[in-house]
Amino acid sequence: MNQQEMDDLRKLLQRSVHPVGRLELQRDLWPNMLRRLDQPTFHVPWWDWALLAAATALLLFFPGMIPALLYHL
Amino acid sequence: MDLLQRFAAGDLEAFESLFRQYQGDVYRWIMRIVRNSATAEDLTVETFWRMYRARAQFDPTRSVCGPWLRRIATNAALDHLRRSRREIPLPDDLPAAAQQPPAEQLELRRQILAAIDKLSPSLRAVILLALVEEESYENIAQSLGISENAVRVRVFRGVRALRKSLSQAGVHA
Repeated sequence: MNQQEMDDLRKLLQRSVHPVGRLELQRDLWPNMLRRLDQPTFHVPWWDWALLAAATALLLFFPGMIPALLYHL
Repeated sequence: MDLLQRFAAGDLEAFESLFRQYQGDVYRWIMRIVRNSATAEDLTVETFWRMYRARAQFDPTRSVCGPWLRRIATNAALDHLRRSRREIPLPDDLPAAAQQPPAEQLELRRQILAAIDKLSPSLRAVILLALVEEESYENIAQSLGISENAVRVRVFRGVRALRKSLSQAGVHA
């Protein structure tokens, strides 16, 4: 693709999708930020997910272990 | 202790100063990718939230945090595009778009927006930033954490995909 074709496509796109330019933010977002900071976060560490995946895979491949697991719970 | 050092140490007032200093830039950058003001506002807050959570990893000896923030903003916008893919077509609620063009231009616009929608989120972001917003490849590369050559490759792939979609729709670019 040459530069002329690229420029033609650019003009075609800009006629349909207008550039943002120097668009101004209409309001201060700091109050939203404070609300977000106040929200409690629930985070499960990756190793917990890994442990869960390993246990699920183990039970899937060795279903005979399910009664043993239930017995120990 | 300067503003960035105070921020890295967890000072909320320093964070507020940075927020007020950069919120407009972050909003504009995200708007260039998602093109919807309500979504861009939410993602601006999400960007600063990610920044605040990652403050321990920020190197306060750097004199500016703009490029770091822009990279977080780009990731937040791309995550949004990936989540909302196939659900929300490319919106465009910029004031200039509110003027009603003639019917044939509306149809052309619909076809172009549909062609952009078909692009993957990363190609879509690069095409919007490079061709519509005419951002430098250097800025785009920094914001995506890739090289300028990788940006050129993405622009090429995006343009090729766009031209293919448009030519299938009978639009010759």
